[in-house]
Amino acid sequence: MRTLEQTTQEVLDLAAKHFQLPSGSLAPDDDFFKKLGIDSLQTLEMLSRLENHFGIELPDYEVQGVSDFKTLAERIQSRL
Amino acid sequence: MLDLSQYQSIGEALRDALDQYSNEVCLIEADRDREKERLTYRDFKQRAHPLARALQETNLSAGSRASIIMTNQSKWLISAYAIFFSGGVLVPLDYKLTPDEQWQLLKHSGVTVLITEYPIWRQLGTSLGRATATNVQTVLVTEAPANADLVGAKRWEEFRGVGEPVFVARKRGETACIVYSSGTGGRPKGCRMTHENYLEQCVALTSLYPFWPGVRYLSILPTNHAIDFMVGFFGPFTCGAAVVHLRTLRPEYVREAFPKYKIAYVSLVPLVLKNLQRGLQARFDALPPGKRRVFNALVAVNKALTKSRPRLGVSRLLLKQVHEAFGGELRAIIVGGAFSEPQTLQFFYDLGIAVANGYGLTEAGTAITVNDLKPFRADTVGKPLPGMEVRIVNPSADGVGEVAIRSKTVMAGYLDDPELTAETIVDGWLLTGDLGRFDGAGHLQLAGRKKNMIVTEEGKNIYPEDIEMVFESIPVKEFCVFAANYIWPKRSMTGEKLVLTLHLEPGQAYSEELRQDINARNNRLINYKRIHGVVLLDEDFPRTASLKIKRNLLAERLAKLDSGTAILPL
Repeated sequence: MRTLEQTTQEVLDLAAKHFQLPSGSLAPDDDFFKKLGIDSLQTLEMLSRLENHFGIELPDYEVQGVSDFKTLAERIQSRL
Repeated sequence: MLDLSQYQSIGEALRDALDQYSNEVCLIEADRDREKERLTYRDFKQRAHPLARALQETNLSAGSRASIIMTNQSKWLISAYAIFFSGGVLVPLDYKLTPDEQWQLLKHSGVTVLITEYPIWRQLGTSLGRATATNVQTVLVTEAPANADLVGAKRWEEFRGVGEPVFVARKRGETACIVYSSGTGGRPKGCRMTHENYLEQCVALTSLYPFWPGVRYLSILPTNHAIDFMVGFFGPFTCGAAVVHLRTLRPEYVREAFPKYKIAYVSLVPLVLKNLQRGLQARFDALPPGKRRVFNALVAVNKALTKSRPRLGVSRLLLKQVHEAFGGELRAIIVGGAFSEPQTLQFFYDLGIAVANGYGLTEAGTAITVNDLKPFRADTVGKPLPGMEVRIVNPSADGVGEVAIRSKTVMAGYLDDPELTAETIVDGWLLTGDLGRFDGAGHLQLAGRKKNMIVTEEGKNIYPEDIEMVFESIPVKEFCVFAANYIWPKRSMTGEKLVLTLHLEPGQAYSEELRQDINARNNRLINYKRIHGVVLLDEDFPRTASLKIKRNLLAERLAKLDSGTAILPL
């Protein structure tokens, strides 16, 4: 079982890879809408990648209102 | 299609539609790539009538109000039908509002019955705002887990009465829905939409974009959205067509749904349309050079052949693979809720996919103008629909003025606010607050806004007053939120932003600490409601005798600043 810290790091690494950013360029408290300049649909696309990686399914409503990687990682962790 | 001129109410028309089309499929519900349910009109009735009966046995009667707060799904429609059948007034609310905002509107609308989903109720049921809306007596919750604590609510699936419900007749002029166009933070604007508003709107829209049994509409917008209510519920149901609910907005599943369900119509907000465009463009860019040249040539031929009008058969033949990716049955994409960029509309039309772009606002009942595609025009929002009178008030030399509307689809007024109603509907004309002009061909072109608000690409209306509460008690002398376009008008309806105007205390600097405080508060807002930057003004804000900010005067003062340098990014 992953720890929350491990999950958070994997979320950051995958998001950086998905948006072709250097590894380590994202931080847990970053607002991904602002940092990545993405809209809500692009966020859902990123979420689908994360779901495949973690082997879980997160309904859209679970991520409604979430805008930072840390909270996103917490939502993922609760489903692991 | 039913002859809607013969009907008095939404409930009456839907009641007859369920009987007339009883063997046709009316609803398909899918969650991602899994089909969860498929109902005929007969099945729909069998689900809805016991619910209507149970609602009638509790406290729902003619004119009493019931709210639905749900994501995009079939139980929304079943519940709405049960409310209309029982003579109730429907209050559709946005599930994306915060629990406190939802309770505020539930209180304001005087709702006695609330129907919602378990994940929403988990937040709503324990919210402090619940104590204020004591009028809500019955709460029904769908899809609750077996052992869930429903904190006083009942399970929707078990809320069933025995025996046939009594149909409760309503008149055309009576209120069918109370639809909030804004006001979660300030003055609630609950539009009282009558049965006639919806019956007339449905006739006008289906005259241009008809439905019939077997035709399928893909619903991805929640049905509280005015467009989905009309073209994803009332319109197709009164024509015996089918609605496919997709319970996710994930682009990959939206793309899959078109061929899987042979979709004929879909309604999208500009954000989703642009996402589809991005996906298609990426596929075109990935074609090998030879295939790309052939593809470009076919697009050019299609453009030439569809210059004066759409020729669906020709386009499907020429650009077979593109159309097959959409299932081969797509007739039109209806886009609304916000302004669409002309290049996006043109992109789809060049592929032979008609995008029915139009213009509407809640107060006028969904759509006022729609592009009739004769010929397609990406630079306008089309011509007025049948039965709509549109005029330009006080036009400037270039013909631009405020758009005003008179039609049977205009709301009866704002709930409990005769003063605001009188300001908005003058001599029978609804003043929209939007600016526009008519061109020589009778098409309406929008040219910015007169009112202090923005509309996002997701089709959300954001009024500055509604988000100011998060900046309360910020350590400055005074503050005010504006739509940047209201201060510095530009003749465009895209890229609209909100800005926070600050008047600092004497000797106070705009410090990093203050910037971070603003950022933290801003992040408490859902992403599309956030402010974009800060404007500093070193003078007292003009105020009324009761100390309210005179926003128009303040905007005039701010307009003297250079917008290019005055807005400090966060």
